[in-house]
Amino acid sequence: MKYVDEFRDGELAKGLAAAVAIATKCAADATRSYSFMEFCGGHTHAISRYGIADLLPANVHMIHGPGCPVCVLPIGRVDMAIALALEHGATLCTYGDTLRIPASHGLSLLKAKSQGGDIRIVYSCADALALAQAHPEKQVVFFAIGFETTTPPTAVVIRQAQILGLKNFSVLCCHVLTPSAIGHILESPEVRDYGTVPLDGFIGPAHVSTVIGSRPYEFFAEEYRKPVVIAGFEPLDVMQAILMLVKQVNEGRAEVENQFSRAVTREGNLKAQNLVAEVFELRREFEWRGLNIVPYSALSIRGHYAQFDAEKRFPLSYRQVADNKACECGAILRGVKRPWECKLFGTVCTPENPMGSCMVSSEGACAAHYTYGRFKQLVQA
Amino acid sequence: MCLALPAIIVEIRDADMAVIELGGVRKECSLALIDDAAVGDYVIVHVGYALTKLDPEEAEKTLQLFAELGEAALAAE
Ligand code: SF4
Repeated sequence: MKYVDEFRDGELAKGLAAAVAIATKCAADATRSYSFMEFCGGHTHAISRYGIADLLPANVHMIHGPGCPVCVLPIGRVDMAIALALEHGATLCTYGDTLRIPASHGLSLLKAKSQGGDIRIVYSCADALALAQAHPEKQVVFFAIGFETTTPPTAVVIRQAQILGLKNFSVLCCHVLTPSAIGHILESPEVRDYGTVPLDGFIGPAHVSTVIGSRPYEFFAEEYRKPVVIAGFEPLDVMQAILMLVKQVNEGRAEVENQFSRAVTREGNLKAQNLVAEVFELRREFEWRGLNIVPYSALSIRGHYAQFDAEKRFPLSYRQVADNKACECGAILRGVKRPWECKLFGTVCTPENPMGSCMVSSEGACAAHYTYGRFKQLVQA
Repeated sequence: MCLALPAIIVEIRDADMAVIELGGVRKECSLALIDDAAVGDYVIVHVGYALTKLDPEEAEKTLQLFAELGEAALAAE
């Protein structure tokens, strides 16, 4: 496949690995190590699946960030979606990824479905809109989750619903914002408890950045002196981004660089940004699984489109549900701990029965390590 | 859910819709979020919506850079 296979070439990977190894030897302080966070679940996936960690010198550490929309969705929001289907008789349309997230009372969307809830998997929010059009007798609710990549499509369907004058379509909006989460990781009350964040730089999101552009990260580079390199999701992209980060650290630079120049510009997709701004506004606060309450980190539907807001159409309220106390996701998402340092890892907490956010989807740090890294570690031990 | 791959536009339909192809599989996709897409363009598609077009020249430059960086490093080893 064009634009895929060439970015997975094994020979080129060897060359890039050698370049990273040489660069790390060029540090002013020869004993230093490098810790970089890849924010996105997509990068976490690439790093685990292609064994990128094995290609890196021992003094380069990759820390998995909170950029997986399924992982950071708090239990309380899934409870709301379940309530819509089971208590309010709504037809709930959802991306397939959310079905297995464990919610309160031993439920999940999948179990709610088997209990008779009308819950349907859609590939796109447009499918939910089409269902509402075809079934005026049903109240169709789209469970809108995700970062800046899924938000513009949701904005498109809300606008279409208004143009069509649909009375039976609404959206349970759970869209969250990448820059707020990065800011929260760098500076939150918890950072004091966990100690300083040992991060030397970030690999910035690939597809999120196609929408928001590279500009929003300039603040982190300037304000926190952390380099950010936006990278594509293919393994060679990630290798090159790591090389670029090592060089920035060595040279004492903290800049935003764009490795994914084939898809990302500084301005991003203005058409998508304008649509999002028209339909959504900032929420004062939103709970992230694993990060707790993060101020101004999510979106809600503007008053002008209130009739399409499921939180206004149905009597729903949000209740915070705590994760297992022993869960270390908070520390893992901030780069202070590794999955295997959690007492529950692999025993009580598994992908089939996740106790915390990092185990929920294959893009989460604990799940990625459970699936790809665990055995290697056992063999080496 | 974020692992979208670049797909090629093989047909443009009305109402901002297009047909894309990825690894031999064809699918419909909305072009509502981008401007000036044409048949033959590669796009990154998320949940049925094209988010951006790929710039073939930039892709070529990136690939070349991979090769140069690697060659220089392997020669230095
Ligand atoms: S292994 Fe499970 S409980 Fe432990 S930190 Fe990871 S997600 Fe949380």
